[in-house]
Amino acid sequence: MRKQLIQKVNDPMTKNDAFISIRNVNKFFGKFLAINNVSIDIGHGEFFSLLGSSGCGKTTLLRMLAGFENPTSGEIYIDGQPMSGVPPHNRPVNMVFQSYAIFPHLNVRDNIAYGLRKQKLSRAKRNAMVDEMLDLIKLPDYGDRKANQLSGGQRQRIALARSLILRPKVLLLDEPLGALDKQLREQMQLELRALQKTVGITFVFVTHDQEEALTLSDRIAVMSNGRDLQVDTPSRLYESPIDREVASFIGTMNFFDGTVKALTDGGAEIEAAGIGDVYTTNIPPSLTPGQSVSIAIRPEKLTLSSDGHGGSNSVKGMLDNAAYLGERSHYYVSIDGVPQPVAVSAQNRQRANGNAENQRPVWLGWDDNAFVVLENG
Amino acid sequence: MSGHSYIKRPNRPLQIYAALFLVVLYVPVLFLPLFSFNTSIYVKFPLTGFTFQWYIELMDREPVWAALMNSLRVGVTTSLISTGFGIFAAKAITRYRLPGKGPLVGFIMLPLVVPGIIFGVALLILISRMGIPLSLYTVTIGHVIVCLPFAIATMIPRFEGFDPSIEEASADLGENAWWTFWRITFPMVFPGILASLLLTFTVSFDEFIMAFFLSGTDPTLPMYIWSQLRFPKEFPSILALASIILVVSFAMVFLGQWINRDAQATDSKSE
Repeated sequence: MRKQLIQKVNDPMTKNDAFISIRNVNKFFGKFLAINNVSIDIGHGEFFSLLGSSGCGKTTLLRMLAGFENPTSGEIYIDGQPMSGVPPHNRPVNMVFQSYAIFPHLNVRDNIAYGLRKQKLSRAKRNAMVDEMLDLIKLPDYGDRKANQLSGGQRQRIALARSLILRPKVLLLDEPLGALDKQLREQMQLELRALQKTVGITFVFVTHDQEEALTLSDRIAVMSNGRDLQVDTPSRLYESPIDREVASFIGTMNFFDGTVKALTDGGAEIEAAGIGDVYTTNIPPSLTPGQSVSIAIRPEKLTLSSDGHGGSNSVKGMLDNAAYLGERSHYYVSIDGVPQPVAVSAQNRQRANGNAENQRPVWLGWDDNAFVVLENG
Repeated sequence: MSGHSYIKRPNRPLQIYAALFLVVLYVPVLFLPLFSFNTSIYVKFPLTGFTFQWYIELMDREPVWAALMNSLRVGVTTSLISTGFGIFAAKAITRYRLPGKGPLVGFIMLPLVVPGIIFGVALLILISRMGIPLSLYTVTIGHVIVCLPFAIATMIPRFEGFDPSIEEASADLGENAWWTFWRITFPMVFPGILASLLLTFTVSFDEFIMAFFLSGTDPTLPMYIWSQLRFPKEFPSILALASIILVVSFAMVFLGQWINRDAQATDSKSE
C-alpha cells in the first residue's frame, strides 16, 4: 500500500492530481521521531481527516502544513508549490486552532476582518465581506461582542469565519470540536460538513474521535507512532482495515486466529480457531495456502440466537455479559478455543423486558463475506 | 460545620502575624509625614503644633526643583529604556526555546540581589576607565541596570498569561512578525508595559546609591535630600519632601499593580 502510494506520488502524470502532496516527510523533535516517512496525497475540495490517538503525530503534521513546524526531511507541496522555507504568513492555508485563538482585545468584526489588512479594501467592501461571513456562521448580530462574551461554539464559528474570509486554498482544523459538549459537537459536525460543501475548500481535519472522522470525511489517514497506517474512505477503513491496528482503532473488532485452507476464485477458505471454517472474499492479494492469518468481524455482523441450528456459519457459545444501550445491546459471548469473549451488537427491535439472562448457551451466526482476513505481522 | 472549606478557613495566628508584619514595616515610615506637619524643627515627642510651613518653604527652594527635574529626566529615560529592553527580554524568555534559559534568567535578575554599592563601584571604575565624564547619563546607565529586572519580572507574567497560539493565529492570517507584534502582542501586553513604566520610574526616582557613585555635578532628588541632612534647620522641609515622594511612589506602584492586576487571568477565561 505504502509502496504503491509513493510510486503514484513520484509519477509525474498523477502528481498534478494531488492538491496537497506530503512526500516522505520526517520530523524529529530532538531524538524523538514524531513523523516517520509519511507520504499522503490530498485531492482538491476533499474533506480529509488525520485520525489517531494523542501523540500519534497528527497535529505535528497539520502544523507542518500551516508552516509552524518544518519537516526534518521530505517536502510538502500545496497546489504544486513546494512549501519548504515558506513562512506561515505566506502560505495559502489557514488554520482553526484547538483553542480557537480568538484575539481577546478585538471584537468579533475585527477578529473576522483581521487578515484583510493587506488587501487594502474600502471600508464598505470590508464591512460587506464581514457581514457575509457573520451570516454564513449564523451570528449576524454578534459583530460588536468581545471575545470573552462568547460561548465555545460561537468562538469556534468566529475562528472559522476569520479563516474563510481570506478564501484559503486549504483550511486546517485542529480538533476544533474537541472543546464542545456532545450535542453542540454533533450539530457543528453537520454544519462543518455543509459549510465545506458550500465553500468548496479543501479541509484537513485533525481528530482523535473516530466517529467524528467517519461522519465528516471523504478520506481518512489513520496515524500511529508518526506513521500513516492506512489512507482510505471511511467505509473501506471500517470494512477492510489493512491490519489489526487499524481494525482495532476504528470501532470494535473481534479477532480470531486462523490458517488459509484453500484459495478459490476471489475468496479464501479459512480454518479459524474455535469457530470452524469461514469463507470470505475480503482478503489481501498476496495470500497463500497454509499461511497463518487473523480473521476479523464487526460486532454488528454477528447474529445472536438462543436456539441452535448448527449450520455451517454458526458456532455455539456461552453468553457472559450483556449491556443494554437503548437502541441496541452489546453481548459478550465466550467460545471454546477463543481467548477473548466475542462482542456482538444487536438492534433492540423488540421492546426489552427485564435484563437479558446471562450464562446461558447461545448461537452466533454470520454471513459469507462478513469476515475480513488480515495478514499477521 | 463552620461553612468554610479546609484551605479557606480563617487562621488566627496568621492574621496576627500579617498585622504585626505590616506594623513593623510601615509604622517607622509613618513618622516622616507625622513630623513633617509638626511646627518644631526637632524630631521628638510631644508634637508642638500643626503646620504646612515646611511644605510651603519647599516650594521656594530653587535646588529642590532642579534636583526634581534631574530625577524626572533620569526616571523617564530609565523607565523607557528598561521597559523597552524588558519587553523583548520577557518575550524571548517566555516564547523561545533558549539554550541555558534558567541561568540566563538568573543573571538578568542578579541586580536585585547584588548590593548596589558593588554595582555602583564597578560601574564607576568602568566608566572612569573609559574616560566618560560622570553626568546624568551615567546615572541613567546605572539605573537601567537596576531597573531591568523589575521590568522583566513585571512583563513575564503578561507574556505567560496568553496563549502562544494567538500569535500563531496572526501569522496564519497573513501577518509577519512585525505586524503580529504591533497588532497582537503589544496590545495584549500593554497593561504590563504601563505597569513596568510606572514601577521602573519609581525605582529610578527613589534610587540613591547608583546616583551617588555615578552622578556628576547635577544631583538627583535623593542625593539632594542626603546632602541637606547635615543641616538641622532644613530637616523639617526634608521630611516634607520625603513624605511627598513616599505618597507619590506608593501611588505609582499601586497604580501599576492595579493596571496589571489581570496578568495571567485575561486568557484563562477563554480556555
